[in-house]
Amino acid sequence: MSVLVYIQTQDGKATKAGLEVASFAKNMNVGDVTALVPGTLSGDGGLGSVGVSKVLHFSEGVTDNAQLSKLTQAAAQSADASTIVFSGNNDGNSIAPRVAIAMNVGYVSGVTRLPEGKTFTRSVFSGKATAAVNVMSDVCVISITPNSYGIKSDTGEASVETFSADIGVQRIVLNGFTPTSSDGSVPLPEAERVVSAGRGLKGPENWGIVEDLARALGATTACSRPVGDMGWRPHHEHVGQTGLTIRPDLYIACGISGAIQHLAGVNQSKVIVVINTDPEAPFFKAADYGIIGDVFEVLPKLTEAIKSL
Amino acid sequence: MPPLYSYLCNSEKCVSDYQLLSMKLLVCISKAPDTTSRIAFTDGDKRFDESGVQFIVNPYDEWYALVRAIELVEAQGGSVTTITVGDATCDPIIRKALAIGASDAVRIDANPTDSSQVARLISNYANDKSYDIIFAGKEAIDYNSSAVPAMIAECMDLPYVALATSIDVDGDVSTLNCESTGGTNNVSVNGAFVLSATKGMSEQRIPNMRGIMSARTKPLTVVEASEVIATTEVSKFTLPPAKGDCVMVEADNAADLVRLLREEAKII
Repeated sequence: MSVLVYIQTQDGKATKAGLEVASFAKNMNVGDVTALVPGTLSGDGGLGSVGVSKVLHFSEGVTDNAQLSKLTQAAAQSADASTIVFSGNNDGNSIAPRVAIAMNVGYVSGVTRLPEGKTFTRSVFSGKATAAVNVMSDVCVISITPNSYGIKSDTGEASVETFSADIGVQRIVLNGFTPTSSDGSVPLPEAERVVSAGRGLKGPENWGIVEDLARALGATTACSRPVGDMGWRPHHEHVGQTGLTIRPDLYIACGISGAIQHLAGVNQSKVIVVINTDPEAPFFKAADYGIIGDVFEVLPKLTEAIKSL
Repeated sequence: MPPLYSYLCNSEKCVSDYQLLSMKLLVCISKAPDTTSRIAFTDGDKRFDESGVQFIVNPYDEWYALVRAIELVEAQGGSVTTITVGDATCDPIIRKALAIGASDAVRIDANPTDSSQVARLISNYANDKSYDIIFAGKEAIDYNSSAVPAMIAECMDLPYVALATSIDVDGDVSTLNCESTGGTNNVSVNGAFVLSATKGMSEQRIPNMRGIMSARTKPLTVVEASEVIATTEVSKFTLPPAKGDCVMVEADNAADLVRLLREEAKII
C-alpha cells in the first residue's frame, strides 16, 4: 500500500501547495509516499523533508489535463497506490476528477483534514456545513483544500527515479500565460494572510493603505465583489461567492459590510478581523476581532503597530 | 447566383454543410439553494433538508456558462440545449434557463448522490449527439466539488478547459482565456471539448416577458436514467459550531489588536 501525491514545482522546487499535499499524505499513515513530479525538478525538490520516500520524475512539461491524468494513472499503477492525493488548486481540480473516472474509483474534493479510514471530511454549502464522505471503492482520489492542513516537516531523503509513460496526444494548445501577481506575493488561494477591502475605501486611489498593511504582514490583497465590478481592483482579487473561496489563517476585512455572498468565500478563515465604521455591519457577527472605526485612520496605525513588532 | 438562404435550403448537401457550421451547444444546469437559504439536514443528517428552501439555477451555470453559450449562438447561429440531472423539482429552474434563451432542455430523471453519477449520466446521454462544446459552471454552490465537467470530459474522452473567463469560436477552433494557478492561460482547442465557466465569461441576464412566455412552450424532454453506480456516499452532514462573540478593540488602540493576534490568536 502506498500513497501517490501529484506535485507541481516552481524553479525545480515543490510548491507550497505541493509540500502541503505531501505532508498530508505522509500523516495519513497508510504507507510510503511516492511523489509524481512532471516538469523541472532539482534534487528531490525538497520533498524528502516532508516525508516523501520516492519521487517519480517525468521531465517533460505537460499542460493538457487529459495527458496529466494518463500520467497520474501510470504512476499510480507503478507505485501500487491505494490513495492518490492532489492539491485542490485550479490544476489539481482539473486533473483529479479525470483520474477518478478513468480508474472508476471514488473522488472526494476539498478535503480539509486527515481521514478516518476511508471517510473524508470536506466543506459543503460554501462553508456553511461539512460532510463526512465514505469512499466505496478500494482506491480513492482526493484533493486537499489549499492551506487547510499546512506543511509538517519530516526527516528523510527521497530517492528520485526518471519516470516515463504513454500520455497520448496534446489536444489543448497553450498560447500564452499572464501571471496575475507581479509583486511576488503568494497567490490568493494559497495565502496564509489576506488583507481585503471593500467600498469603504471610497476609490481605487486609496488602496495604498491596504497595500501597506498587506506588505507589513506579508499578506496578499483581496477585494469584495462591488470593488471588482467597478474596476477599482482586478477581478482575480474578488473573494466571495462567484469569486474565489479562500481559507487563510488571518483575514482582515477593511470597509466590507459582510454580505452573505462575501462571507461564503471567506468564512473558513481561521481568524477574521473586521474594521468598519458601521457597528451594525453584519460582518462583525462572523468576526473574531472587530474595530468600529474609520479605515483611513485605523489601517495606518495598524501597519505601524505591525512594523514595530 | 441565388440568395444564400435558398441556396442553403435547396441543396441537400449544402444543408448538411450549413448544419456543420452552426453550433450545437450543451449546457449543464443544476438547481442550488438560494444563497440566503437556511442550511439544515434530515434523515439522520444524511440528506439536505429541502423543505422551505428557495431553489435557483446554480449561479456559475447560469451567469457564465448558459449566458455565454446563448451569446455565441445569437452571434453565429445554432442551438443551446440545457441538461439537468434531477427529479421534477428541477423543472422551475430549467424553465428559467429556457426563459433566459436556451432553445430546449433535457432532464435526466434521477436523484444522484455523487458527482461521478451526474457526469456518467450526462455523458451517456450526450455521447452520440455530437455536441460541439459542453458548458458547465465551475462549481455548484451546494456541494462545491468542481468535479462534474472534468468527469464528463474524461467519460467522453474530450479535452477539458477549466475556469474559462472568455471564449471565442472561429469555425472548429475555440480560443479561451482561463484561470490557472497564479495567472491566466490563453489556450486553443480544435474540435469538441468541455469547459467550466467562471466570472468574466458574461454578464447575468434577466429574462424578459417574451422569454418567460416562450419558455412555457419550449421542449423539456424527460429521459430515463441509465444505470450508474455511485462511488462515494455522504455518511453525515455537520453544521459548524456557533462562532464565539467578536472581541471588540478600540479604534485608537491598534497596538492592542496586534497584541491579541500575537498572544491570543497566535496568528502573527
